[in-house]
Amino acid sequence: MHSLKITVIFSLASIPLNIVFGLVIAMLLNTNIRGLSVFRTIYYLPAILSGVAVAILWQWIFSSDFGLLNTALRIFGIEGPAWLGSKIWVLPAFVIMRLWSVGGGMIIYLAGLQAIPTDLYEAAEIDGANWWQRIFRITLPMLSPTIFFQLITGVIFTMQIFTETFIMTDGGPANASLFYLLYLYRQAFQNFKMGYASALAWVFFIAILLLTVILFATARFWVYYEGESEEDN
Amino acid sequence: MSTTGFGISARQIISKIFVYLLLGIGSIVVLLPLQWMISTSLKPLSHVFRFPPEFWPQKVVWENYPNALNQLPFDLYFANTVFIVVLCLLGEIIVSSVVAYAFSRLRWRGRNVLFIVVLATMMLPRQVTLIPEFIVFRHLGMIDTFWPLILPSWFGNPFYIFLLRQYFLTHSRELDQAAVIDGCSRFGVFWRITLPMSKPVLGAVAIFSFQFHWNDFFRPLIFLLDQDKYTLALGLRFFQGTYGTEWNSLMAVSLVVMLPLIIVFFFAQKHFIQGVVFTGYK
Repeated sequence: MHSLKITVIFSLASIPLNIVFGLVIAMLLNTNIRGLSVFRTIYYLPAILSGVAVAILWQWIFSSDFGLLNTALRIFGIEGPAWLGSKIWVLPAFVIMRLWSVGGGMIIYLAGLQAIPTDLYEAAEIDGANWWQRIFRITLPMLSPTIFFQLITGVIFTMQIFTETFIMTDGGPANASLFYLLYLYRQAFQNFKMGYASALAWVFFIAILLLTVILFATARFWVYYEGESEEDN
Repeated sequence: MSTTGFGISARQIISKIFVYLLLGIGSIVVLLPLQWMISTSLKPLSHVFRFPPEFWPQKVVWENYPNALNQLPFDLYFANTVFIVVLCLLGEIIVSSVVAYAFSRLRWRGRNVLFIVVLATMMLPRQVTLIPEFIVFRHLGMIDTFWPLILPSWFGNPFYIFLLRQYFLTHSRELDQAAVIDGCSRFGVFWRITLPMSKPVLGAVAIFSFQFHWNDFFRPLIFLLDQDKYTLALGLRFFQGTYGTEWNSLMAVSLVVMLPLIIVFFFAQKHFIQGVVFTGYK
Protein backbone atom coordinates (compact mmCIF):
# COMPACT_ATOMS: atom_id res chain seq x y z
CA MET A 1 0.00 0.00 0.00
CA HIS A 2 2.81 2.28 -1.01
CA SER A 3 0.49 4.66 -2.86
CA LEU A 4 -1.85 5.04 0.11
CA LYS A 5 1.14 5.83 2.31
CA ILE A 6 2.53 8.57 0.11
CA THR A 7 -0.93 10.03 -0.42
CA VAL A 8 -1.40 10.28 3.34
CA ILE A 9 2.11 11.72 3.85
CA PHE A 10 1.46 14.28 1.17
CA SER A 11 -1.87 15.23 2.75
CA LEU A 12 -0.38 15.49 6.22
CA ALA A 13 2.14 18.00 4.90
CA SER A 14 -0.09 19.88 2.51
CA ILE A 15 -3.27 20.40 4.54
CA PRO A 16 -1.75 22.00 7.68
CA LEU A 17 0.54 24.22 5.60
CA ASN A 18 -2.39 25.44 3.55
CA ILE A 19 -4.37 26.18 6.67
CA VAL A 20 -1.53 28.06 8.37
CA PHE A 21 -0.66 30.14 5.31
CA GLY A 22 -4.32 30.80 4.58
CA LEU A 23 -4.89 31.99 8.13
CA VAL A 24 -1.81 34.20 8.22
CA ILE A 25 -2.67 35.92 4.94
CA ALA A 26 -6.28 36.38 6.04
CA MET A 27 -5.16 37.92 9.33
CA LEU A 28 -2.78 40.28 7.54
CA LEU A 29 -5.60 41.30 5.21
CA ASN A 30 -7.93 41.85 8.12
CA THR A 31 -5.92 44.74 9.60
CA ASN A 32 -7.80 47.64 8.05
CA ILE A 33 -5.42 47.99 5.17
CA ARG A 34 -5.96 49.92 1.97
CA GLY A 35 -6.24 48.03 -1.26
CA LEU A 36 -7.85 45.05 0.43
CA SER A 37 -9.77 44.06 -2.68
CA VAL A 38 -6.65 44.23 -4.87
CA PHE A 39 -4.67 41.97 -2.54
CA ARG A 40 -7.64 39.65 -2.17
CA THR A 41 -7.96 39.32 -5.95
CA ILE A 42 -4.27 38.56 -6.36
CA TYR A 43 -4.18 35.92 -3.66
CA TYR A 44 -7.41 34.33 -4.77
CA LEU A 45 -6.67 34.16 -8.51
CA PRO A 46 -4.56 30.94 -8.47
CA ALA A 47 -7.28 29.14 -6.52
CA ILE A 48 -9.66 29.24 -9.48
CA LEU A 49 -7.06 27.78 -11.82
CA SER A 50 -6.43 24.07 -11.79
CA GLY A 51 -6.20 21.08 -14.03
CA VAL A 52 -3.89 20.31 -16.90
CA ALA A 53 -2.79 23.86 -17.74
CA VAL A 54 -1.65 24.51 -14.18
CA ALA A 55 0.10 21.16 -13.99
CA ILE A 56 2.06 21.95 -17.16
CA LEU A 57 2.96 25.39 -15.82
CA TRP A 58 4.36 23.90 -12.61
CA GLN A 59 6.22 21.22 -14.45
CA TRP A 60 8.08 24.02 -16.19
CA ILE A 61 8.58 25.98 -12.96
CA PHE A 62 10.18 22.92 -11.35
CA SER A 63 12.52 22.32 -14.29
CA SER A 64 15.95 21.90 -12.72
CA ASP A 65 18.09 24.03 -15.04
CA PHE A 66 15.70 26.49 -16.65
CA GLY A 67 12.83 26.55 -14.16
CA LEU A 68 11.60 29.57 -12.27
CA LEU A 69 12.04 28.09 -8.82
CA ASN A 70 15.68 27.13 -9.17
CA THR A 71 16.42 30.41 -10.94
CA ALA A 72 14.95 32.24 -7.96
CA LEU A 73 16.89 30.05 -5.53
CA ARG A 74 20.13 30.81 -7.39
CA ILE A 75 19.66 34.49 -6.60
CA PHE A 76 20.10 33.47 -2.97
CA GLY A 77 23.05 31.27 -3.88
CA ILE A 78 21.14 28.01 -3.45
CA GLU A 79 21.44 25.31 -6.07
CA GLY A 80 17.97 23.76 -6.06
CA PRO A 81 17.30 20.05 -6.47
CA ALA A 82 15.86 18.44 -9.59
CA TRP A 83 12.40 18.55 -7.89
CA LEU A 84 10.26 16.35 -10.10
CA GLY A 85 13.21 14.18 -11.00
CA SER A 86 14.19 13.52 -7.41
CA LYS A 87 12.67 10.81 -5.26
CA ILE A 88 13.11 12.98 -2.19
CA TRP A 89 11.94 16.31 -3.57
CA VAL A 90 9.01 15.27 -5.68
CA LEU A 91 6.53 15.25 -2.78
CA PRO A 92 7.69 18.64 -1.44
CA ALA A 93 7.30 19.95 -4.99
CA PHE A 94 3.64 18.92 -5.01
CA VAL A 95 3.16 20.50 -1.58
CA ILE A 96 4.63 23.77 -2.87
CA MET A 97 2.41 23.67 -5.92
CA ARG A 98 -0.71 23.17 -3.83
CA LEU A 99 0.34 26.07 -1.63
CA TRP A 100 -0.04 28.35 -4.61
CA SER A 101 -3.82 28.02 -4.39
CA VAL A 102 -3.94 28.86 -0.71
CA GLY A 103 -6.27 31.76 -1.60
CA GLY A 104 -9.33 29.53 -1.62
CA GLY A 105 -9.12 28.90 2.12
CA MET A 106 -7.91 32.42 2.77
CA ILE A 107 -11.15 33.94 1.41
CA ILE A 108 -13.17 31.83 3.82
CA TYR A 109 -11.02 32.70 6.84
CA LEU A 110 -11.22 36.35 5.91
CA ALA A 111 -15.01 36.20 5.90
CA GLY A 112 -14.86 34.43 9.26
CA LEU A 113 -12.52 37.04 10.70
CA GLN A 114 -14.70 39.89 9.55
CA ALA A 115 -17.65 38.32 11.33
CA ILE A 116 -15.94 38.32 14.73
CA PRO A 117 -17.53 41.14 16.74
CA THR A 118 -15.01 43.90 17.41
CA ASP A 119 -16.28 44.46 20.95
CA LEU A 120 -14.62 41.19 21.94
CA TYR A 121 -11.25 42.68 21.03
CA GLU A 122 -12.07 45.97 22.70
CA ALA A 123 -13.01 44.19 25.90
CA ALA A 124 -9.81 42.16 25.75
CA GLU A 125 -7.75 45.26 25.21
CA ILE A 126 -9.28 46.93 28.22
CA ASP A 127 -8.45 43.83 30.24
CA GLY A 128 -4.85 44.22 29.09
CA ALA A 129 -4.61 41.30 26.73
CA ASN A 130 -1.62 41.49 24.40
CA TRP A 131 -1.53 40.67 20.71
CA TRP A 132 -0.71 36.97 21.14
CA GLN A 133 -3.38 36.53 23.76
CA ARG A 134 -5.95 38.13 21.51
CA ILE A 135 -5.04 35.76 18.68
CA PHE A 136 -5.02 32.60 20.77
CA ARG A 137 -7.92 33.43 23.06
CA ILE A 138 -10.29 35.18 20.67
CA THR A 139 -9.42 34.87 16.99
CA LEU A 140 -8.56 31.19 16.80
CA PRO A 141 -11.38 29.91 19.01
CA MET A 142 -13.92 32.04 17.14
CA LEU A 143 -12.57 30.77 13.86
CA SER A 144 -12.27 27.14 14.91
CA PRO A 145 -15.51 25.92 13.25
CA THR A 146 -14.30 27.42 9.96
CA ILE A 147 -10.88 25.83 10.35
CA PHE A 148 -12.52 22.54 11.17
CA PHE A 149 -14.64 22.69 8.03
CA GLN A 150 -11.56 23.47 5.96
CA LEU A 151 -9.74 20.55 7.52
CA ILE A 152 -12.49 18.10 6.60
CA THR A 153 -12.90 19.34 3.04
CA GLY A 154 -9.11 19.57 2.78
CA VAL A 155 -8.75 15.86 3.55
CA ILE A 156 -11.25 14.87 0.90
CA PHE A 157 -9.84 17.26 -1.70
CA THR A 158 -6.14 16.68 -1.08
CA MET A 159 -6.33 12.89 -1.00
CA GLN A 160 -7.88 13.01 -4.47
CA ILE A 161 -4.80 14.45 -6.15
CA PHE A 162 -4.61 12.99 -9.64
CA THR A 163 -4.23 15.36 -12.59
CA GLU A 164 -0.98 16.85 -11.33
CA THR A 165 0.81 13.52 -10.98
CA PHE A 166 -0.64 12.22 -14.19
CA ILE A 167 0.66 15.21 -16.15
CA MET A 168 3.84 16.15 -14.32
CA THR A 169 5.51 12.93 -13.21
CA ASP A 170 3.29 10.01 -14.19
CA GLY A 171 3.95 8.63 -10.73
CA GLY A 172 7.72 8.88 -10.98
CA PRO A 173 10.55 8.91 -10.29
CA ALA A 174 10.55 5.27 -9.17
CA ASN A 175 6.89 5.52 -8.05
CA ALA A 176 7.76 8.27 -5.56
CA SER A 177 4.66 10.22 -6.60
CA LEU A 178 2.36 7.32 -7.42
CA PHE A 179 -0.62 8.77 -5.60
CA TYR A 180 -3.55 6.57 -4.80
CA LEU A 181 -5.90 7.62 -7.56
CA LEU A 182 -3.20 7.31 -10.19
CA TYR A 183 -2.60 3.75 -9.01
CA LEU A 184 -6.35 3.09 -9.12
CA TYR A 185 -6.59 4.58 -12.60
CA ARG A 186 -3.78 2.37 -13.88
CA GLN A 187 -5.30 -0.77 -12.44
CA ALA A 188 -8.74 -0.02 -13.83
CA PHE A 189 -8.06 1.52 -17.20
CA GLN A 190 -4.62 0.30 -18.21
CA ASN A 191 -4.54 -3.18 -16.70
CA PHE A 192 -8.34 -3.49 -16.90
CA LYS A 193 -8.57 -5.07 -13.47
CA MET A 194 -11.95 -3.55 -12.70
CA GLY A 195 -12.62 -5.76 -9.69
CA TYR A 196 -9.32 -4.98 -8.05
CA ALA A 197 -9.72 -1.29 -8.79
CA SER A 198 -13.18 -1.35 -7.26
CA ALA A 199 -11.70 -2.84 -4.11
CA LEU A 200 -9.08 -0.09 -4.16
CA ALA A 201 -11.86 2.47 -4.37
CA TRP A 202 -13.49 1.04 -1.26
CA VAL A 203 -10.23 1.07 0.66
CA PHE A 204 -9.79 4.69 -0.39
CA PHE A 205 -13.26 5.55 0.84
CA ILE A 206 -12.66 3.83 4.17
CA ALA A 207 -9.33 5.63 4.59
CA ILE A 208 -10.98 9.01 4.04
CA LEU A 209 -13.86 8.05 6.30
CA LEU A 210 -11.45 7.00 9.07
CA LEU A 211 -9.52 10.26 8.84
CA THR A 212 -12.77 12.20 8.96
CA VAL A 213 -14.04 10.26 11.95
CA ILE A 214 -10.76 10.84 13.80
CA LEU A 215 -10.98 14.55 13.07
CA PHE A 216 -14.58 14.67 14.29
CA ALA A 217 -13.56 12.88 17.47
CA THR A 218 -10.91 15.50 18.21
CA ALA A 219 -13.27 18.34 17.35
CA ARG A 220 -14.80 18.62 20.81
CA PHE A 221 -11.41 19.42 22.28
CA TRP A 222 -10.68 22.39 20.09
CA VAL A 223 -13.67 23.49 18.04
CA TYR A 224 -15.67 26.12 19.76
CA TYR A 225 -19.25 26.78 18.74
CA GLU A 226 -20.87 29.96 19.81
CA GLY A 227 -23.76 29.40 22.15
CA GLU A 228 -22.12 26.44 23.83
CA SER A 229 -21.13 27.08 27.39
CA GLU A 230 -17.43 27.61 27.63
CA GLU A 231 -15.53 25.48 30.06
CA ASP A 232 -13.01 27.06 32.35
CA ASN A 233 -9.43 26.09 31.95
CA MET B 1 -1.99 50.26 21.86
CA SER B 2 -4.72 52.71 22.63
CA THR B 3 -4.39 55.95 20.77
CA THR B 4 -5.67 58.84 22.71
CA GLY B 5 -5.54 62.32 21.34
CA PHE B 6 -3.15 62.93 18.51
CA GLY B 7 -2.53 60.67 15.53
CA ILE B 8 -1.13 57.24 15.54
CA SER B 9 1.75 55.90 17.54
CA ALA B 10 5.07 55.08 15.88
CA ARG B 11 4.61 51.44 16.72
CA GLN B 12 1.40 51.27 14.77
CA ILE B 13 3.02 52.85 11.74
CA ILE B 14 5.84 50.31 11.86
CA SER B 15 3.47 47.40 12.13
CA LYS B 16 1.43 48.79 9.24
CA ILE B 17 4.53 49.01 7.05
CA PHE B 18 5.42 45.47 8.06
CA VAL B 19 1.97 44.21 7.05
CA TYR B 20 2.16 45.91 3.64
CA LEU B 21 5.65 44.58 3.11
CA LEU B 22 4.61 41.00 3.83
CA LEU B 23 1.51 41.26 1.67
CA GLY B 24 3.49 42.86 -1.15
CA ILE B 25 6.15 40.16 -1.13
CA GLY B 26 3.42 37.51 -0.96
CA SER B 27 1.63 39.04 -3.94
CA ILE B 28 4.81 38.98 -6.01
CA VAL B 29 5.39 35.33 -5.12
CA VAL B 30 1.80 34.48 -6.08
CA LEU B 31 1.95 36.34 -9.39
CA LEU B 32 5.43 35.19 -10.43
CA PRO B 33 4.32 31.83 -11.85
CA LEU B 34 1.87 33.62 -14.13
CA GLN B 35 4.48 36.16 -15.18
CA TRP B 36 6.86 33.27 -15.89
CA MET B 37 4.19 31.64 -17.99
CA ILE B 38 3.57 34.74 -20.10
CA SER B 39 7.25 35.47 -20.46
CA THR B 40 8.09 31.91 -21.56
CA SER B 41 5.20 31.86 -24.00
CA LEU B 42 6.67 34.85 -25.85
CA LYS B 43 10.26 33.65 -26.11
CA PRO B 44 11.79 32.01 -29.16
CA LEU B 45 12.63 28.38 -28.40
CA SER B 46 16.37 29.06 -28.45
CA HIS B 47 15.93 31.61 -25.66
CA VAL B 48 13.80 29.28 -23.56
CA PHE B 49 16.85 27.14 -22.88
CA ARG B 50 19.27 29.96 -22.21
CA PHE B 51 21.26 29.82 -19.08
CA PRO B 52 20.75 31.71 -16.86
CA PRO B 53 17.09 32.04 -17.86
CA GLU B 54 15.83 35.46 -18.97
CA PHE B 55 13.22 36.89 -16.73
CA TRP B 56 11.69 39.07 -19.43
CA PRO B 57 11.80 37.84 -23.02
CA GLN B 58 14.56 39.74 -24.86
CA LYS B 59 12.91 38.98 -28.14
CA VAL B 60 9.13 38.87 -28.21
CA VAL B 61 7.66 36.32 -30.58
CA TRP B 62 3.91 36.81 -30.80
CA GLU B 63 3.77 34.16 -33.54
CA ASN B 64 4.19 31.51 -30.85
CA TYR B 65 0.49 31.78 -30.17
CA PRO B 66 -0.95 31.16 -33.65
CA ASN B 67 1.78 28.62 -34.37
CA ALA B 68 1.07 26.63 -31.24
CA LEU B 69 -2.71 26.80 -31.56
CA ASN B 70 -2.51 25.57 -35.16
CA GLN B 71 -0.74 22.44 -34.01
CA LEU B 72 -4.00 21.07 -32.70
CA PRO B 73 -7.65 21.42 -33.71
CA PHE B 74 -8.12 24.07 -31.12
CA ASP B 75 -11.49 25.27 -32.45
CA LEU B 76 -12.90 21.78 -32.27
CA TYR B 77 -11.68 21.17 -28.72
CA PHE B 78 -12.92 24.56 -27.68
CA ALA B 79 -16.35 23.85 -29.17
CA ASN B 80 -16.49 20.41 -27.51
CA THR B 81 -15.56 21.88 -24.15
CA VAL B 82 -18.06 24.72 -24.38
CA PHE B 83 -20.78 22.29 -25.41
CA ILE B 84 -20.13 20.01 -22.43
CA VAL B 85 -19.66 22.82 -19.94
CA VAL B 86 -22.85 24.62 -20.96
CA LEU B 87 -25.01 21.48 -20.81
CA CYS B 88 -23.54 20.45 -17.45
CA LEU B 89 -24.07 23.92 -16.07
CA LEU B 90 -27.69 24.07 -17.24
CA GLY B 91 -28.41 20.63 -15.83
CA GLU B 92 -26.85 21.36 -12.50
CA ILE B 93 -28.68 24.65 -12.07
CA ILE B 94 -32.10 23.42 -13.20
CA VAL B 95 -32.15 20.06 -11.43
CA SER B 96 -30.40 21.13 -8.25
CA SER B 97 -32.67 24.13 -7.76
CA VAL B 98 -35.83 22.08 -8.31
CA VAL B 99 -34.64 19.45 -5.84
CA ALA B 100 -33.56 22.09 -3.36
CA TYR B 101 -36.99 23.68 -3.64
CA ALA B 102 -38.64 20.38 -2.80
CA PHE B 103 -36.34 19.94 0.18
CA SER B 104 -36.95 23.42 1.52
CA ARG B 105 -40.55 24.28 0.66
CA LEU B 106 -42.65 21.18 0.12
CA ARG B 107 -43.72 18.85 2.88
CA TRP B 108 -43.62 15.18 2.07
CA ARG B 109 -43.01 11.88 3.79
CA GLY B 110 -39.40 10.86 4.14
CA ARG B 111 -38.11 14.28 3.21
CA ASN B 112 -35.60 14.56 6.02
CA VAL B 113 -34.32 11.04 5.62
CA LEU B 114 -33.78 11.58 1.92
CA PHE B 115 -32.04 14.88 2.59
CA ILE B 116 -29.58 13.12 4.87
CA VAL B 117 -28.97 10.55 2.15
CA VAL B 118 -28.18 13.38 -0.28
CA LEU B 119 -25.76 14.91 2.22
CA ALA B 120 -24.11 11.54 2.77
CA THR B 121 -23.31 11.25 -0.93
CA MET B 122 -21.35 14.48 -0.58
CA MET B 123 -18.86 12.68 1.64
CA LEU B 124 -18.36 9.98 -0.96
CA PRO B 125 -15.52 10.92 -3.31
CA ARG B 126 -16.70 10.61 -6.88
CA GLN B 127 -13.82 8.34 -7.74
CA VAL B 128 -15.21 5.68 -5.44
CA THR B 129 -18.24 5.17 -7.64
CA LEU B 130 -16.32 5.73 -10.83
CA ILE B 131 -15.80 2.11 -11.79
CA PRO B 132 -19.42 0.98 -11.38
CA GLU B 133 -20.36 4.15 -13.22
CA PHE B 134 -17.97 3.29 -16.03
CA ILE B 135 -19.43 -0.22 -16.31
CA VAL B 136 -22.98 1.15 -16.39
CA PHE B 137 -22.12 3.57 -19.18
CA ARG B 138 -20.38 0.79 -21.06
CA HIS B 139 -23.53 -1.31 -20.88
CA LEU B 140 -25.48 1.66 -22.17
CA GLY B 141 -23.05 1.93 -25.08
CA MET B 142 -22.14 5.46 -24.12
CA ILE B 143 -18.37 5.17 -23.87
CA ASP B 144 -16.68 7.62 -26.21
CA THR B 145 -19.69 9.91 -26.32
CA PHE B 146 -20.41 13.09 -24.37
CA TRP B 147 -23.25 11.41 -22.48
CA PRO B 148 -21.25 10.15 -19.47
CA LEU B 149 -19.89 13.67 -18.98
CA ILE B 150 -23.22 15.44 -19.24
CA LEU B 151 -25.86 13.03 -17.90
CA PRO B 152 -24.68 12.94 -14.26
CA SER B 153 -25.12 16.70 -14.06
CA TRP B 154 -28.80 16.25 -14.89
CA PHE B 155 -29.26 14.10 -11.80
CA GLY B 156 -28.42 16.88 -9.40
CA ASN B 157 -25.29 17.66 -7.47
CA PRO B 158 -25.56 17.18 -3.69
CA PHE B 159 -23.30 20.09 -2.93
CA TYR B 160 -25.34 22.56 -4.98
CA ILE B 161 -28.61 21.12 -3.64
CA PHE B 162 -27.38 21.74 -0.13
CA LEU B 163 -26.24 25.29 -0.94
CA LEU B 164 -29.50 26.20 -2.65
CA ARG B 165 -31.65 24.64 0.04
CA GLN B 166 -29.90 26.60 2.76
CA TYR B 167 -30.46 29.77 0.79
CA PHE B 168 -34.12 29.05 0.03
CA LEU B 169 -34.74 28.44 3.73
CA THR B 170 -33.80 32.03 4.52
CA HIS B 171 -36.72 33.34 2.42
CA SER B 172 -39.95 33.99 4.22
CA ARG B 173 -42.88 31.77 3.41
CA GLU B 174 -45.37 34.61 3.54
CA LEU B 175 -44.59 35.74 0.02
CA ASP B 176 -45.18 32.20 -1.26
CA GLN B 177 -48.46 31.98 0.55
CA ALA B 178 -49.64 35.33 -0.76
CA ALA B 179 -48.84 34.22 -4.30
CA VAL B 180 -50.73 30.95 -3.83
CA ILE B 181 -53.76 32.86 -2.58
CA ASP B 182 -53.54 35.01 -5.69
CA GLY B 183 -53.82 31.84 -7.75
CA CYS B 184 -50.18 31.12 -8.43
CA SER B 185 -49.25 27.48 -8.93
CA ARG B 186 -46.46 25.67 -7.08
CA PHE B 187 -44.28 25.93 -10.11
CA GLY B 188 -45.22 29.59 -10.48
CA VAL B 189 -44.01 30.26 -6.96
CA PHE B 190 -40.73 28.52 -7.71
CA TRP B 191 -40.24 30.26 -11.04
CA ARG B 192 -41.47 33.76 -10.20
CA ILE B 193 -40.53 34.13 -6.56
CA THR B 194 -37.95 31.68 -5.32
CA LEU B 195 -35.58 31.79 -8.30
CA PRO B 196 -35.54 35.58 -8.79
CA MET B 197 -34.85 36.00 -5.08
CA SER B 198 -31.90 33.62 -5.23
CA LYS B 199 -29.77 35.25 -7.91
CA PRO B 200 -26.60 35.53 -5.83
CA VAL B 201 -26.53 31.86 -4.91
CA LEU B 202 -27.51 30.77 -8.42
CA GLY B 203 -24.62 32.86 -9.71
CA ALA B 204 -22.28 31.13 -7.30
CA VAL B 205 -23.48 27.68 -8.38
CA ALA B 206 -23.09 28.62 -12.06
CA ILE B 207 -19.53 29.77 -11.47
CA PHE B 208 -18.53 26.70 -9.47
CA SER B 209 -20.02 24.48 -12.11
CA PHE B 210 -18.27 26.33 -14.95
CA GLN B 211 -14.95 26.25 -13.13
CA PHE B 212 -15.21 22.56 -12.30
CA HIS B 213 -16.22 21.31 -15.73
CA TRP B 214 -13.79 23.59 -17.54
CA ASN B 215 -10.88 22.21 -15.54
CA ASP B 216 -12.12 18.65 -15.37
CA PHE B 217 -9.62 16.15 -16.71
CA PHE B 218 -10.29 12.84 -15.01
CA ARG B 219 -13.71 12.09 -16.44
CA PRO B 220 -13.02 13.12 -20.06
CA LEU B 221 -9.82 11.05 -19.84
CA ILE B 222 -11.77 7.96 -18.94
CA PHE B 223 -14.84 8.35 -21.08
CA LEU B 224 -13.52 9.89 -24.31
CA LEU B 225 -11.29 7.97 -26.72
CA ASP B 226 -11.71 9.50 -30.16
CA GLN B 227 -9.48 12.53 -30.66
CA ASP B 228 -12.26 14.41 -32.41
CA LYS B 229 -14.23 14.38 -29.17
CA TYR B 230 -11.43 15.68 -26.95
CA THR B 231 -11.99 18.56 -24.60
CA LEU B 232 -9.39 21.30 -24.16
CA ALA B 233 -7.95 19.57 -21.10
CA LEU B 234 -7.42 16.36 -23.05
CA GLY B 235 -6.14 18.22 -26.09
CA LEU B 236 -3.64 20.02 -23.92
CA ARG B 237 -2.47 16.72 -22.48
CA PHE B 238 -2.08 15.31 -25.99
CA PHE B 239 -0.19 18.42 -27.08
CA GLN B 240 2.14 18.03 -24.11
CA GLY B 241 2.80 14.43 -25.08
CA THR B 242 3.76 15.44 -28.61
CA TYR B 243 5.62 18.70 -28.06
CA GLY B 244 6.88 17.93 -24.57
CA THR B 245 9.90 20.21 -24.54
CA GLU B 246 8.66 23.16 -26.57
CA TRP B 247 7.93 25.07 -23.44
CA ASN B 248 7.10 28.31 -25.22
CA SER B 249 4.32 26.65 -27.21
CA LEU B 250 3.13 24.69 -24.19
CA MET B 251 2.89 27.84 -22.09
CA ALA B 252 1.07 29.66 -24.89
CA VAL B 253 -1.57 26.96 -25.26
CA SER B 254 -1.95 26.49 -21.51
CA LEU B 255 -2.48 30.19 -21.08
CA VAL B 256 -5.15 30.28 -23.78
CA VAL B 257 -6.92 27.36 -22.07
CA MET B 258 -6.84 29.21 -18.74
CA LEU B 259 -7.91 32.52 -20.21
CA PRO B 260 -11.71 32.04 -20.17
CA LEU B 261 -11.54 31.24 -16.46
CA ILE B 262 -9.42 34.28 -15.75
CA ILE B 263 -11.78 36.52 -17.73
CA VAL B 264 -14.85 35.13 -15.97
CA PHE B 265 -13.06 35.56 -12.66
CA PHE B 266 -12.40 39.25 -13.23
CA PHE B 267 -15.95 39.95 -14.35
CA ALA B 268 -17.71 37.87 -11.74
CA GLN B 269 -15.25 38.18 -8.91
CA LYS B 270 -17.94 39.25 -6.48
CA HIS B 271 -19.96 36.10 -7.16
CA PHE B 272 -16.88 33.92 -6.83
CA ILE B 273 -16.05 35.28 -3.44
CA GLN B 274 -19.64 35.35 -2.29
CA GLY B 275 -20.07 31.75 -3.40
CA VAL B 276 -17.00 30.53 -1.60
CA VAL B 277 -18.06 32.33 1.51
CA PHE B 278 -21.56 30.81 1.33
CA THR B 279 -20.09 27.36 1.28
CA GLY B 280 -17.18 27.51 3.61
CA TYR B 281 -18.41 29.66 6.35
CA LYS B 282 -21.27 28.50 8.58
